Amino acid sequence: MSAVIAEHDEHHDHGPAKGILRWIITTNHKDIGTMYLVFSLIMFFVGGTMALIIRAELFEPGLQFVDPQFFNSMTTMHALVMVFGAVMPAFVGLANWMIPMMIGAPDMALPRMNNMSFWMLVAGILLMASTLFMEGGGPAAGWTFYPPLVLQTGKAFPFAIFAVHLLGISSIMGAINIIATIFNMRAPGMGMMKMPLFVWTWLITAFLLIAVMPVFAGAVTMLLTDRFFDTSFFDAAGGGDPVLYQHIFWFFGHPEVYIMILPTFGVVSTIIPVFARKPLFGYTSMVWATGFIAFLSFIVWAHHMFTVGMPIAGELYFMYATILIAIPTGVKIFNWTATMWKGSMTFETPMLFSIAFVVLFTIGGFTGLMMSIAPSDLQYHDSYFIVAHFHYTLVPASIFVLMAAGYFWLPKWTGNMYNERIARLHFWLSAISINILFFPQHFLGLAGMPRRIPDYAVQFADWNMISSIGAFIYGFSQLLFVYIVIDTIRGGTGKATDEVWEDASKHSLEWTLPSPAPYHTFTTPPTKIPSEHLD
Amino acid sequence: MKKARQLFAGLALSIFGLGLAHADYTLNLTEGVTKVSKDVHDLHMLILWICVFVGIGVFCTMFYSIYHHRKSKGHKAEQFHHNTTVEIIWTIIPTAILIGMAIPATKTMLEMDDVQDADMSIKVTGWQWKWEYDYLDNGIHFFSSLDEASNKARQKGSGIDPKTVPHYLLNVDHPLVVPIRTKIRFLFTAADVIHSWWVPDLGWKKDANPGFINDAWTYIEKPGTYRGQCAELCGKDHGFMPIVVIAMEKEDYKQWVEQQKEAAAAEANAAEKSWTQEELVAKGETIYANNCASCHMPDGSGMPGTFPAIKGSPIVTGDIKQQIEIMFNGKGMMPAFGQMLNAVDFAAVATFIRNGLGNSVGDMVQPSEIAAMQNATAANDDTDEE
Amino acid sequence: MSTHDTYYVPHKAVWPFVGTFGLMTMLAGVANYLNGSAIGPTMMIFGLSLFILMLAGWFALQASESESGMYNHSVGISYRMGMMWFIFSEIMFFGAFFGALWYTRNLSVPWLGGLGDGPGRSTNLLWQGFEAAWPTNGPADVGGEFEPMGAFGLPLLNTLILLTSGVTVTWAHHGLLAKKRDQLIKGLIATVALGFLFVGLQAFEYYEAYHEMGLTLGSGVYGSTFFMLTGFHGFHVCVGAIMLSVILFRSWKGHFSPENHFGFEGVAWYWHFVDVVWLGLFIFVYLL
Ligand code: HEA
Ligand code: HEA
Ligand code: HEC
Ligand code: CUA
Ligand SMILES: [Cu+2]
Repeated sequence: MSAVIAEHDEHHDHGPAKGILRWIITTNHKDIGTMYLVFSLIMFFVGGTMALIIRAELFEPGLQFVDPQFFNSMTTMHALVMVFGAVMPAFVGLANWMIPMMIGAPDMALPRMNNMSFWMLVAGILLMASTLFMEGGGPAAGWTFYPPLVLQTGKAFPFAIFAVHLLGISSIMGAINIIATIFNMRAPGMGMMKMPLFVWTWLITAFLLIAVMPVFAGAVTMLLTDRFFDTSFFDAAGGGDPVLYQHIFWFFGHPEVYIMILPTFGVVSTIIPVFARKPLFGYTSMVWATGFIAFLSFIVWAHHMFTVGMPIAGELYFMYATILIAIPTGVKIFNWTATMWKGSMTFETPMLFSIAFVVLFTIGGFTGLMMSIAPSDLQYHDSYFIVAHFHYTLVPASIFVLMAAGYFWLPKWTGNMYNERIARLHFWLSAISINILFFPQHFLGLAGMPRRIPDYAVQFADWNMISSIGAFIYGFSQLLFVYIVIDTIRGGTGKATDEVWEDASKHSLEWTLPSPAPYHTFTTPPTKIPSEHLD
Repeated sequence: MKKARQLFAGLALSIFGLGLAHADYTLNLTEGVTKVSKDVHDLHMLILWICVFVGIGVFCTMFYSIYHHRKSKGHKAEQFHHNTTVEIIWTIIPTAILIGMAIPATKTMLEMDDVQDADMSIKVTGWQWKWEYDYLDNGIHFFSSLDEASNKARQKGSGIDPKTVPHYLLNVDHPLVVPIRTKIRFLFTAADVIHSWWVPDLGWKKDANPGFINDAWTYIEKPGTYRGQCAELCGKDHGFMPIVVIAMEKEDYKQWVEQQKEAAAAEANAAEKSWTQEELVAKGETIYANNCASCHMPDGSGMPGTFPAIKGSPIVTGDIKQQIEIMFNGKGMMPAFGQMLNAVDFAAVATFIRNGLGNSVGDMVQPSEIAAMQNATAANDDTDEE
Repeated sequence: MSTHDTYYVPHKAVWPFVGTFGLMTMLAGVANYLNGSAIGPTMMIFGLSLFILMLAGWFALQASESESGMYNHSVGISYRMGMMWFIFSEIMFFGAFFGALWYTRNLSVPWLGGLGDGPGRSTNLLWQGFEAAWPTNGPADVGGEFEPMGAFGLPLLNTLILLTSGVTVTWAHHGLLAKKRDQLIKGLIATVALGFLFVGLQAFEYYEAYHEMGLTLGSGVYGSTFFMLTGFHGFHVCVGAIMLSVILFRSWKGHFSPENHFGFEGVAWYWHFVDVVWLGLFIFVYLL
């Protein structure tokens, strides 16, 4: 790799521009990373507020607060906002901040495009959110946009489609940037197998993004033409098939869920060794497992469609392929456990969230495995069992790890230490309430409660009420996080050291930089690359 | 620190506690009433227990390590970072477990797929938001939608406590009646959007896709009433299109079939007689509430942009022919009610919307006219098929 | 530190924001237009203008920076990777439509015709007597009778045109590398001309389809896949040809050197990609 040293552009240099323009026109990876992170945190609360509307309506049987149509549009928008507005951008934000710092680069490889991908995200979300105020309401066919139902959407329809296009463009640009950065901007001596796992997992995630976002764009484009230009892709009368949409969607959708979990794996693989004071166990197998999961993610999509009436060969094939994912994922879980084994552990908040992640993600993975068994999935499908499954893999997994990452790197970003006591309170409230929130949903699903319904039979009342209570506790405890972040930016509990966590600089490059990290990261490439896991 | 540990242990325990409670009957998947549903249940329990055991193994190791290998206890970190043997072991063992799961799963799947040699066939069509049942062997045909009591109670601000409604949201006006110990083949399709037919006690669900036919079968062992719901989001009232299957002894079923045939004959007679406007309007009110109110709203105000208002609609207050034509053949999202309602109900609701909901046109349509239209279309369909 | 080793990190950029705003406005305009709202077209044109302004401004900036020697080898690698993966994403986009074609031809249409039906032909309950065949406009004869598009004739000619243009652009590239300016310019002119010729013939083919053959976007799933695939491809040819024109202009200005010509290379890659997609189209849409 060629040397990567920053030399600033001759006309103007010296730090950021002033005022609001600083943010609008910035090309600095840290500024952009910050914007991504702040935006996604806001979206987390927007999406969460929608979830609380859902949970409030489901508190008791009977319709109390919202109309069924609006309820469906809340379900739809909640998922879209959380997936495309909160979780994905949050990881892109982390990538922006951390990848250059971890590989010893001055910035991202394509800084202008970096700026554009952020604004495309904002544009996409704005367009999507605007549909809520249109005649006929927002899209209400579920985040999966299945036709023919989605074709019944009112004025919101073309806006939602174009919003997806914008979000897709944003993700693709972000992913291209990350790939170019990782391949081209590593400091001398930073071999591929020396990169921190966060970098590895993001590299693989970026490939997933580039491969599947365009497919999603294609799928929604077909929806658009079916609705407005007389095509018959999804209409049997003309020889098409509504199920075709589902195939295309899930070809995107399944990798999409791994897009939301792989960077999580990376963060956890970065955090656990630091607090176990041990090298990560099985670095190489972690890399291979990630790659294998990514590969499998392309060939298992129809496990979301066991009930659509595929030929038996399809049912069996997709069942077998899906089951296989448990193997590389298991390898990861075991590696993390082995990393903790015989370590010298301390339990600061990032570690607490990471441990909770390992436990709760495993539970979510187990239910995933149960659903991959086709005959039983014919019972689980579209019930609350699956709602429980994916929230276990998304909230106590992706979201918890985002919180862990926040606490882990906040001192590096701001130069100040966060308030550990309140942070632990945040953790315990979250860890307990999340189980009150989502565990009962397993029972509901098994007992026969379908998903996406605003009202339910009375035998489901008790667990729904408990779940709703959990939701409100969980939701409001997240305000603590906001408080802590603001408090830390304002000074927190004092200045952080450069290394922040004991011996962290043995693990990864960012801890060799001053806290807060300087505006320009490695203007000269680092000379010593941490490589503890190598023999 | 100590407190935190205790809390953690408590949390872990409670998760296991709940995990075990899983096995409790009311919280768990139903065993159902067919062989297939029992196989599915067994499969479910098998995987569940495998997961519980693997989980216990992993979590115990982890918590042992968390407890013993912590810095506050003075444990020094070792620096090993891989061990090929264990890595191979923990790849092979899960693989073996998974193969062990796949084998029974494949068996059950193949069994479910085999629709050959059915004794009778029922065609099921999903509509927004009701089910249509067509007994292909004896011509019985009817629609099945949410029962009136639930429908009243589920309206926002109805003031009716759902707990007082028997089988709230799980009851229908016309249940599907089937004989037990009979291999029944179901053919699923849909008229508008995708629906999914799910009765947990039968052990499976199947999507009803517009324009395509899916099949599935069941062989019910035990007489009883089995309830389920539409499981695929199909729009606004997706939560309100339940399924009720009544499984009877074969003799009772035969009787039921006879009754249905008599009722059909009576219906035809009713259509022949001449009705007054008052009679039709009175009858039409309930038909409207059950069939139309979900889109056009109970008071006929519609939903701007999606469903036009009935109150004051130029079509409803205009030429009756045009109104009947739109109701009969449908238009866009407006379903075709021509074959969905019987002649009397059709005429009743058509007359009701002209003379109720704030409209007062004063005219009416006789059921016999509708019956004539229905017969004409039926004849047409027959010639089409030649 | 020699300039050779530096990685150029730009510090300010208004164009991304302008471009995003333009694109969003344009799409919102199209959406409004599709909804039948009167401000649609105005918004659309306004957004599109902003977008074009962005393209012009941004490319001019890149060109001038490149000319003033700010981009070294390493920056070039980033750009090449960017282009490569962008093209990959485009391939996946086309993949969705090819996938739809494959699925309808091999699965949904045969199923509608009764393939894999259970006992008796249960599809007869819905689509009395429909026999699966390709091309088709489906069991309901959507869009009325039509004549399918043959492969030999215009499409074959178009294939030859595009293949030739692939050769000419490579010839131009060789000219660039060998510092033969004349060959570079001629090669590019030929490529651009062939590109526009292709688009023209394609437009003629569409005209025929609509006016003579009854084949439209609404002709069931055959019409849908045919026009969407060839249409998106045609759109890409247009974009490619316009980009080639820009490159031609820059070559004429003497912008490129054998060491530094990412602009040229990126567009040439894009052109080859368009070429390869056409081969796929020719085989799967026209021939088979
Ligand atoms: C981050 C998100 C995420 C992740 C990581 C996963 C992970 C998995 N998911 Fe999940 N899934 C979703 C998000 C996710 N899922 C979402 C959002 C939906 C619903 C979408 C919608 O319909 O709206 C969904 C739906 C979904 C379905 C469709 C259900 C249905 O609609 O009927 C299925 C079916 O197979 C499935 C399976 C799996 C499997 C097998 C995994 C595996 O990756 C899990 C692997 C992990 C483990 C198995 C645990 C650890 C392993 C060990 C400890 C090893 C040893 C174990 C054994 C040998 C038992 N998922
Ligand atoms: C990353 C993705 C993600 C995340 C983080 C979440 C988070 C949550 N989700 Fe969601 N969810 C999905 C992805 C996600 N979900 C998806 C994909 C679906 C499927 C959609 C479909 O069927 O199409 C779904 C569906 C779904 C359903 C099923 C709806 C239905 O089927 O009808 C439910 C019901 O309980 C639910 C609940 C929740 C809750 C309570 C949270 C909680 O974690 C939220 C936490 C709450 C907050 C963070 C709120 C904080 C707000 C305040 C405290 C208010 C303060 C106010 C201001 C400051 C203004 N979600
Ligand atoms: C699935 C939703 C739905 C149901 C149920 C429904 N309608 Fe409609 N109805 C519509 C829609 C949508 C239109 C508008 C059709 C169009 O113009 O494209 C419509 C139009 C009409 C019109 C024409 C009114 C106008 O001003 O255009 C009448 C009359 C009507 N419906 C009567 C009924 C009656 C009577 C019933 C019940 C027996 C009923 N509808 C049930 C959706 C529904
Ligand atoms: Cu029908 Cu949901
Ligand atoms: Cu999946």
